[in-house]
Amino acid sequence: MNSNTKYNILRTVLSISIALLISFGIIFLTSKEPVKAIVQLLTGPLQSQRRFGNVIEAMIPLIFTGTGVSIMFAANEINLAGEGAFHLGGLVATYFALNTALPAGLSPLATILVAGLFGMIVTAIPAILKIKTESDVLVSSLMMNYLILYFSNYVLSNILRDPKAGAVVSFAVPSVTQFSPIISGTRIHVGLFIAIAVAILGYIFMYKTKIGYELRITGENRDFARYSGINVVKITLISQLLGGFIFGIGGGVELLGMYNRFTWTSLLGYGWDAIIITTLAKKNPIYVPFAAFFLAYLRTGASIMSRSTDVVTEIVIITQGIIILLVVAEQFLSKYRHKLVAKEAKAELMEREGE
Amino acid sequence: MGDKVLQMKNIMKIYPNGVVAVEDVSFELEKGEIHALLGENGAGKSTLMKVLFGIESPEQGDIILNGNKVSIKSPLEAIKMGIGMVHQHFMLVPSLTVAENIVLGVEPKKSNLFIDEEKAFKLSKEIAETYNFDIDVTEKVETLPVGLKQKVEILKALYRGADILILDEPTAVLTPQETEELFVQLKKLKEKGHTIIFISHKLDEIKEICDRATIMRNGKSMGTYHVKDISTAEMSRLMVGRDVVLTFDKKPSELRETVLRVRNLTVTGTTGIKRVDDMSFDVKAGEIFGIAGVEGNGQGHLVEVLTGLSNKYTGEITVFDKEVKEYSIRELRDFGMSHIPEDRMTFGCAKNMNIMDNMFTNQYHKPEYSGKVLLKNKKIESRAKELIKEYLVKCKSYKQNVGMLSGGNIQKVVVAREFSTNPKIIIANQPTRGIDVGAAEFIRRRIIDFRDAGCAVILISADLNEVLELSDRLAVIYKGKFTGVFKDVKNLEEVKLGEYMLGIKRDDNLEGLLYEQ
Amino acid sequence: MIVDAILSPEFLNNTLRATTPILFAALASAIASKSGVVNMALEGIMLFAALFGVIFSAAFQSAWLGLLATMVVGGFIGLFLAFAVLKLKTDEILAAIAINLIANGATILILLFVSGDRGISSSINSLTIPMVSLPVIENIPFIGTVLSNQNILTYISLIMVVVVHIFLYKTPLGLQIRAVGENKDAAESVGISPDRIRYISLILSGVLASMGGFFLSGGYMTRFTTGMSAGRGFIALAASAMGGNTPIGSFLVSLLFGAAQAISNILQLGTLPHELVQMLPYLTTLIGLGIYSYSRMKKRQRLMGR
Repeated sequence: MNSNTKYNILRTVLSISIALLISFGIIFLTSKEPVKAIVQLLTGPLQSQRRFGNVIEAMIPLIFTGTGVSIMFAANEINLAGEGAFHLGGLVATYFALNTALPAGLSPLATILVAGLFGMIVTAIPAILKIKTESDVLVSSLMMNYLILYFSNYVLSNILRDPKAGAVVSFAVPSVTQFSPIISGTRIHVGLFIAIAVAILGYIFMYKTKIGYELRITGENRDFARYSGINVVKITLISQLLGGFIFGIGGGVELLGMYNRFTWTSLLGYGWDAIIITTLAKKNPIYVPFAAFFLAYLRTGASIMSRSTDVVTEIVIITQGIIILLVVAEQFLSKYRHKLVAKEAKAELMEREGE
Repeated sequence: MGDKVLQMKNIMKIYPNGVVAVEDVSFELEKGEIHALLGENGAGKSTLMKVLFGIESPEQGDIILNGNKVSIKSPLEAIKMGIGMVHQHFMLVPSLTVAENIVLGVEPKKSNLFIDEEKAFKLSKEIAETYNFDIDVTEKVETLPVGLKQKVEILKALYRGADILILDEPTAVLTPQETEELFVQLKKLKEKGHTIIFISHKLDEIKEICDRATIMRNGKSMGTYHVKDISTAEMSRLMVGRDVVLTFDKKPSELRETVLRVRNLTVTGTTGIKRVDDMSFDVKAGEIFGIAGVEGNGQGHLVEVLTGLSNKYTGEITVFDKEVKEYSIRELRDFGMSHIPEDRMTFGCAKNMNIMDNMFTNQYHKPEYSGKVLLKNKKIESRAKELIKEYLVKCKSYKQNVGMLSGGNIQKVVVAREFSTNPKIIIANQPTRGIDVGAAEFIRRRIIDFRDAGCAVILISADLNEVLELSDRLAVIYKGKFTGVFKDVKNLEEVKLGEYMLGIKRDDNLEGLLYEQ
Repeated sequence: MIVDAILSPEFLNNTLRATTPILFAALASAIASKSGVVNMALEGIMLFAALFGVIFSAAFQSAWLGLLATMVVGGFIGLFLAFAVLKLKTDEILAAIAINLIANGATILILLFVSGDRGISSSINSLTIPMVSLPVIENIPFIGTVLSNQNILTYISLIMVVVVHIFLYKTPLGLQIRAVGENKDAAESVGISPDRIRYISLILSGVLASMGGFFLSGGYMTRFTTGMSAGRGFIALAASAMGGNTPIGSFLVSLLFGAAQAISNILQLGTLPHELVQMLPYLTTLIGLGIYSYSRMKKRQRLMGR
């Protein structure tokens, strides 16, 4: 293992530890029963099969969004419209499931593909706007999320709403279209396999295909990619479309697997979760399931903690923020890194002089 | 003279990528001298001065200023200690006026809150007059010619009370007249008691103006000499480690068919100035067509349009009888074009990707290396290993990131990529700039090999030695036009070439030498 | 009826009101951008400020002291962003995303901790900055209705446009901020520490954004609700960018977005589905950004010669 890999692993582990310690500090400051809360947070998910099932259920959407954003960010394009793509994916899946009558088996598949196509449109708009007008993708993609939210709310309350239900929710999706649980005692559904397949395919795409190679070069150095003969505009667009597609599928899978009605009246924040996952996974889809597991575990633990103690789940969002800050902080532990590099260089000098 | 105003002892600097830029260098400065810091690009001159100016912190070593040991952690501290630096790339804010640039950071105030603009103008004017600098302080810097910008830089340092003035390759961007003017001014500064460090690799300039010279090579000091006691030949020997005259035994060129045809080519820059002005020439297979010139005379714009990076030109450029404008860069490369870019870090590589990834960006799509969708990673890997061996790239493995390599090795990666496609035309822009002598020689040898094998080469370089030795035909570019073309390159004198480069001499009726009607 | 409403002085009055939080944040963004850092954490800073405004004004039982304390908090968040970006060398966008995330979680946590409330600060007895009528001006027809009877913070936001303009263009610090943003190395070469300047800029940016956040819960509304910044920080980013990062330009674009918000507020009372009407401010921003960027691109291409 070279000094660089060693250093990266060390830094990630330390970042997570520090973030957790800070959260523990907050728990100690605010809670009347801090020890119980922390024990619940860390071990809660392991206490029963159902709870561990919750971790896996929570991991599924995170794998989709983490992979999607890894591919979009690989083009060095900070497109944050994944949030909207996921949301619209859920809405479109509901609409499509309610308005088509396809045989079982085909129905969920067709539904999530349609959801994916709509997700693609969401991330494509900021990307195309940039190509045509050079608008900043960051701002336009954020605006897209709000547009999708209010549009979905409109569709929900005016088209999909089940008037017999008490709350503002859609009609129930027919059961042929829903993903059924695969492990009894949990709600883990077929979406898990789809998610892991997406992560693996995402890895193959990025590291084994021509387009993936072009994408990585474009993201690392756009000028160099163009000079090499790569069509950087095309490649960037493809990555944004593919990312949106994965987000859309993720939204569809989540809806068919975990909800039977469309109930999302505010943004769920999966777009932001995706950023911490891609940060931990260093933009490599193959690491995404691990990062997603970590985050899902933390989430589930927090939710168990909040049910049995006076600490709220939002503590995890804070932890997430701190992890992002530390993991992407180049200077964090840089003195240690510089020492490593300087040591190697000096050793090489000695060697050379010895010759 | 005689007082030691500054001593730097045993300075060592290692950059974060592991490159040892300065290795155990000591350096002394006497009051009131003009002291040359001499060395090739990449010898460590600039790094040493960055350490002195507080931009880089050294791994080891002491700095003793006026007898006291000091540690200089930032430019601000350096300025407070009376050290001023004029950087090679100007450190000016274009949208501000000359006066605003001069007083920046030490602005005169009124009612303690606002900038006193009138006073700023007055003070700037005074300092300019004290040192006989002829400049309008109310003008915006972005409108000034290069020579004046440099004066603003010097004034900035003087305004802040600099006793020691570091000038980093000040003449690189100046015309001969501007250089003369600068020298007159430097002599005046010396008379007023300022001490000047003059970083350069131009021996004649050092002979003309400097008292002593410290020579650096490969991050080490080769000693300090009184300029009057040492010959230019000796200086250059110390600088490059051998007698500089390059000799490549190369066969006479065997000219074949015309590969590149340029007619009435004009490229207009952002400000409306014609960067390439009605140029016409041919390049044939089997020849090296050298283009010499001071940087910034249109070479960059010419290369951009020749290689397809820009299609904003009028006139015609054809490669293998195909109009460049109508093809993508990928297509041009597939026709057999290779391009060694001037700025290897911007266009030549992705520094956070490994050597292998950097070696195939121009050819991964060819059937040897990929199918319809997937890359043939095994083939790519073994070919990468071969190329690393063939091009003598010093690295730990093909998986090492390019950013961790030294400049010379990065350039070898670039060259390996560009040459491994069996190009029919190579456009090499400053192919050996800023790299060690060994790597440079290796790359030059390769270029000759390709020419012998029937490749057309366009070699653009500011290094006279290089263009004189390699070119079969040499054209001099000045302000977007050719001022001279020479076929008997071997017997061309550097001095004569210099006159063409500076636009002092200009031959008429070059057409016959540039292309066949 | 709706057309009448839009042409009325009351609508313009509403526009100014809706512009206020965006304007504060846009000025905040302008200062940060002039120093060369994109402050995307505006959204989180506003959210924090909206909550702390409620808490502080209740604690001190003074809206003004509450505002002051909130501005201090805003400054600290700006400082934190600066520390992450300048000292730890975190990517400025990712650092801002982290701060925004932390704001989302921490505001809920703190609200619960302080009041036991979830989602809305109804049990906190917070105060608001009052509205005032302007003596002579209120009697001028039309203009009086537009300008008078606004929240004092709205007037302050308008004054801030002038103050920030003078600050950036007439003071030494302003000159240094512009120098650092335009050519960091140049500033550094004369001993200005770009980091120091950026620290100051981001702290000021945080203070200004927190004033906008305070207005949300202590003027525009009278309570804190979770997520109440509702993307205004992001809209402000667009406003300052489209205004060329100058205070005057940012003001004009903010006014446009404020108008979109005001129209949306009015139309929600009409017969149109309110969800669609709520899209208006975001749609305006998206389209406005597109048009602005397109014209800038064309202009640059013209300068390039063809």
